[in-house]
Amino acid sequence: MPQGQTRLVRSWGNVARGEHSVYSLGSRFDEFPRLPAQTSILPFGNGRSYGDSCLNVGGALLDMRSLDRFIQFDARHGTLRCEAGVQLGEILRIVAPAGWLPCVLPGTQYVTVGGAIANDVHGKNHHRAGSFGCHVTQFELLRSNGERLLCSPQMNPDWFAATIGGLGLTGVVTWAELQLTRVSGPWMSVESVRCRDLSELLEMSRAASQEHAYTVAWVDCAARRKRIGRGILQWADSADEVGETPPADRWCRLAVPFTPPISLLNSATMHVFNALHYRRHGGRVRSMQHYRQFFFPLDGIRHWNRLYGPRGFYQYQCVVPADGADASIRRLLRAIAASSEDSCLAVLKYFGDSVSPGLLSFPRCGVTLALDFPNRGARLESLFARLDAIVADAGGCLYPAKDARMPPSLFRAGFPQCETFSRFIDARCSSSFWRRVMAEA
Amino acid sequence: MKKVLIIGATSAIAEETARLFAQRLASLYLVARNERRVAAIASDLGIRGATQVAYETLDVNDFASHAAMLDRATEALGKLDVVLIAHGTLDNQRACEESVDLTMRALSTNALSVIALCTQIAPRLSAQGSGTLAVISSVAGDRGKRSNYVYGSAKALVSTYLSGLRQRLYSAGVQVLTIKPGLVDTPMTASFPKGPLWSTPRRVAAGILRAIDKKRDVAYLPRAWGPAMWFIRLIPEKVFKRLEL
Repeated sequence: MPQGQTRLVRSWGNVARGEHSVYSLGSRFDEFPRLPAQTSILPFGNGRSYGDSCLNVGGALLDMRSLDRFIQFDARHGTLRCEAGVQLGEILRIVAPAGWLPCVLPGTQYVTVGGAIANDVHGKNHHRAGSFGCHVTQFELLRSNGERLLCSPQMNPDWFAATIGGLGLTGVVTWAELQLTRVSGPWMSVESVRCRDLSELLEMSRAASQEHAYTVAWVDCAARRKRIGRGILQWADSADEVGETPPADRWCRLAVPFTPPISLLNSATMHVFNALHYRRHGGRVRSMQHYRQFFFPLDGIRHWNRLYGPRGFYQYQCVVPADGADASIRRLLRAIAASSEDSCLAVLKYFGDSVSPGLLSFPRCGVTLALDFPNRGARLESLFARLDAIVADAGGCLYPAKDARMPPSLFRAGFPQCETFSRFIDARCSSSFWRRVMAEA
Repeated sequence: MKKVLIIGATSAIAEETARLFAQRLASLYLVARNERRVAAIASDLGIRGATQVAYETLDVNDFASHAAMLDRATEALGKLDVVLIAHGTLDNQRACEESVDLTMRALSTNALSVIALCTQIAPRLSAQGSGTLAVISSVAGDRGKRSNYVYGSAKALVSTYLSGLRQRLYSAGVQVLTIKPGLVDTPMTASFPKGPLWSTPRRVAAGILRAIDKKRDVAYLPRAWGPAMWFIRLIPEKVFKRLEL
């Protein structure tokens, strides 16, 4: 591939975008790309970050998807070594038939291993398994000075901690080794219940987290007054039984073929959707689901981000500490209800107390709330400012992988290790996100 | 399970094609110049499902070494169901214009080495009475244009040679497939469709397997290149020479 061509690249939220010169590596043995002086570069996986953490507008991107080879799969012990551009969905195709799954799976299978490490992603089993980085046993970090560092909790542990959750800024992860988890089959036994209000939802979430491997709650953001925080709580465990044959081939065929001129997700459609989704669900539903349906419900519609129209959307994902979490979540939901902005999708989950291995890892003990908003400019930003104040007040933080707008002060407060981290940043690496949050106030 | 020999196995299109064969549990014999890279691809294909993967290194311009390589491949695989020739270089046209040496080397790598290989592969497939010889040529071989006519003329030689070879091997039951990819790009900007003439290595690979399965003779990939090149060939030379293509 020709190197250094200029391309318009945008992230998943469609809000952050810009021109980049694009480089790629032919193999994991290649040297760090030669760049013009003064040009910074950022490894780019599959572009599923929502904001600007995967972009380096005005600089260069290193397209990592060409590094997508498997290196070693030990089906007896469940270890997998692969290049950083391999996507989790590809891994599943190889390891699931042998009775293994990655220990942590985020909400989409279309992320690369390098991206999952750089954002230290989490899944519905965080309360049991911790974050993605907890199961990375080693990786190779290629630095712009040509050094190749083998990093693990034992070898170069400081570089290991900086690179996990390190937003691609410490250099290029060329390959990584993951510890997988045994499953008896591809089926999950899933149960979901309707919760009347926030107290019930939080109470039941807590209880479900004690007993089940996977939990997640959908919150009806259109609900007002006493019904605030009502939603559907879902929990699941790997099942021994066998379900129906999965619609494996048909699945993923749906796609949004082009970006409609306006957002199809607006106040009206989302009120209808939320109300229907809540009402249609019975009191308690039990089902068997294939792991792909369970882990990646949104992957069923390709390019669903286009539904938000040409202006794109923001996701606001925060975590607030367990202590006082209920009150903080209530304040957040009230602030949204009081505004004229509507969140189209709200997801809530309890994080467990396992310590994430990265200096800048997002997951920490507490409750996380993720909210999608169609981009409506300044009006939305004023709501975000109110939410920021609540999060800061609670001692929480926002998820860099989802962010396109948090103020530097909130980043520094939420990630007190950022000064330590900045010592590990590669001399040639930078990102739009990093320049933004580290800008002097 | 198919027995597949791939020459030029580290090229992006060849690698994606090999993955599709691996998914079908094929046995693969990979030939490439760079040992470390072909070894990495071989392990990958093994994990992706290939029944058996072996590899060796080869300088395609060393014609004398072809026969021994083909012997080893045939011995390792047992027989040859598919032979894919995918190696090539896209040299800088400007540099070629100023250097006889560079031009001759480009012609040797992209055309003469391919013909040398086909010359030795043809009797083997013919004796088997079955099999597919698939060769990656290019739309650039359909008409010479100033921006890449050295590369284009090498591909024209390959396409013409294959057309004759196809006639010769037809009665022996051997498929000769000329693959003509158009514009191939990285997947990075795949979410912004660039039109029907662009493709990615993965989609070209899927097209190659379809063409092999369907016993096609010539495959333009993506397909829109077929009619596009038909039109371009119709333009009279008088007009064509004035065009900025």
